[in-house]
Amino acid sequence: MAKLSVCIEGIGVLGPGLCDWPASAAVLAGASPYICARTVLPPPDALPAAERRRAGRVIKLALGVGAEAVSQSGRDARGLPGVFSSSGGDGDNCHAICEALAGSERLISPTRFHNSVHNAVAGYWSIAYGCAEASVTVCAFDASFAAGLLEASSQVTHNGCPVLLLAYDVDYPSPLYEQRPIADACALSLLLSPADSPNALAVITLALSQQPATRFDDPELESLRLSIPAARGLPLLQQLARSRSGTVFLDYLDTARLAVEIQV
Amino acid sequence: MTALRMTHFTATSCLGRGLKMTLAALEAARSGLTPCDFETVALDTQIGQVSGLEAVRLPAQLRAYDCRNNRLAELGLEQDGFCEAVHASAARWGRQRLGVFLGTSTSGILETEIAYRARDRLSGLLPVGFDYEHRHNSFSVSDYVRRALKLEGPVASLCTACSSSAKVFAAAQRMIDAGMIDAAVVGGVDSLCLTTLYGFHSLQLMARTACRPFDLRRDGLSIGEAAAFVLLERACGANDHAVLLLGAGESSDAHHMSSPHPDGAGARSAMRRALDAAGLQTRDVDYINLHGTGTPSNDSAESLAVSALFGTETPCSSTKAATGHTLGAAGALEAVICALALNNGLLPGGLNLSERDPQLTLNYLTHNRRAPLKTVLSNSFGFGGVNCALLFGRAS
Repeated sequence: MAKLSVCIEGIGVLGPGLCDWPASAAVLAGASPYICARTVLPPPDALPAAERRRAGRVIKLALGVGAEAVSQSGRDARGLPGVFSSSGGDGDNCHAICEALAGSERLISPTRFHNSVHNAVAGYWSIAYGCAEASVTVCAFDASFAAGLLEASSQVTHNGCPVLLLAYDVDYPSPLYEQRPIADACALSLLLSPADSPNALAVITLALSQQPATRFDDPELESLRLSIPAARGLPLLQQLARSRSGTVFLDYLDTARLAVEIQV
Repeated sequence: MTALRMTHFTATSCLGRGLKMTLAALEAARSGLTPCDFETVALDTQIGQVSGLEAVRLPAQLRAYDCRNNRLAELGLEQDGFCEAVHASAARWGRQRLGVFLGTSTSGILETEIAYRARDRLSGLLPVGFDYEHRHNSFSVSDYVRRALKLEGPVASLCTACSSSAKVFAAAQRMIDAGMIDAAVVGGVDSLCLTTLYGFHSLQLMARTACRPFDLRRDGLSIGEAAAFVLLERACGANDHAVLLLGAGESSDAHHMSSPHPDGAGARSAMRRALDAAGLQTRDVDYINLHGTGTPSNDSAESLAVSALFGTETPCSSTKAATGHTLGAAGALEAVICALALNNGLLPGGLNLSERDPQLTLNYLTHNRRAPLKTVLSNSFGFGGVNCALLFGRAS
């Protein structure tokens, strides 16, 4: 069975009732109760003024969470390749474009259009940090987190360099919300590096598996896991929060889960 | 990096269905662009439309995926015995050892654009039968293709705008190198929709007539649609004539969301990295298939980037005046064109050029040239400043 091993050097998280990694770690480890509350997005301070004005919710969400993992690792964002992963990108922007196209004038602003590309977050991130390294943006519907983790880990293994994984989703407004009911904004980030890093919080080893996905005992956390694609990665973060070695199985495809063996 | 074998490939665009029609159009210097009569679009421009998609039927068990983009994917898969080649590869390596990585920029969003015209007057809801997961979402096309081909390995859509289906080659290469898979179906599928047509119009980046890459009076791009697929496999040392993926280079501009870096710094870095990955020098490259969209800013930045690295002798051209800019499918379509160029010793001349822009100093071909080719480079650059350069060559 083929396996990929990489280190985790930094973690970021923001979502409903999860305001950053230290607070989320306490919740996931069972030291604090989980209290569901709407996600509060940080201002996108890292962006130049022109881009800050054009940044929608998904940009604010992702930039904040990416910065948390990078900061924990002590690395410079400027030199980090990025793997960005999202099921739907900017849902508000998509709705606004579809609404405009259904009208008689069909006027889309240039900003709306360039924000519509699935890799918009990667573009804003590169501008915010002056990062000229490679980036890729993936989508695999509900499997987007696992697909992003696989892609990022294969980059680390192939290139022998650290990579930032940033998985994020925001809720659509109605009427797309009724068709794709993503509950709220949520993002997870991991700073991944080659398996011999001295700054490792944990080493993870990935493989495809036929085991069922790991679920949360807490019904509210389980509901969160199922209601936002990026939150499908939370069982991995729970294991890291508990500082326990073990294996979790992340939702991936109908034909396979992604087994993540964690060594702390 | 280890070279990968392009065991089988196919392309369907406005030039025609499959390799034979594509090559015939290139050899005849024929463009597939026509005046825009797509859907209800009222724009004075030209498009590269694939005809006959209305008649394409998806397999019964995959009807949930029925939309223009997946019909285009299905039509593309049906050409040149591509499915059979994939089945043979799956029999050789195992279904779980074949990945699927496809590029798309807009997937099936046309379905949603049309559904928004039919929202319920009172509730605002979308019409019954609308299916976001199987038709709109960017994953839809990759999910459709892996199911149609019955593959069970890692799968993802890569969505980096106009470099999407160039990056799939790099992603597959990494996954094969890391040992997760032995082969991959890569490619790009992007179809006409209102978002891109009206979106590029809003940026004043659409040509009024057919696009004219590298022309002094170029005024923008012409949008096309295409499905292009490549079966990439580990090279087994066979001394055959297969086309190889020799190297990939990626970079970001970190400059602007919809304009390239004016000096082409990111583009230059992507080409440099592709050469380094392949262990090649600039003098080894016999032809460059440019991104060459025909917008004033792209062609100018790309010309500076190429000349800074290669000088001005290397023959190059853009094939987008023939195919249109197929956005998320462009990288894979142009990879297939590069493979045809290598196999047939054909350097396709760029069409629609009536007066060279003297600022663009490259050796831009305006007529087809015949010459044996050993190594060719393909450029793809996307919104958000996301760049990818691919190097292809012959095994022997």
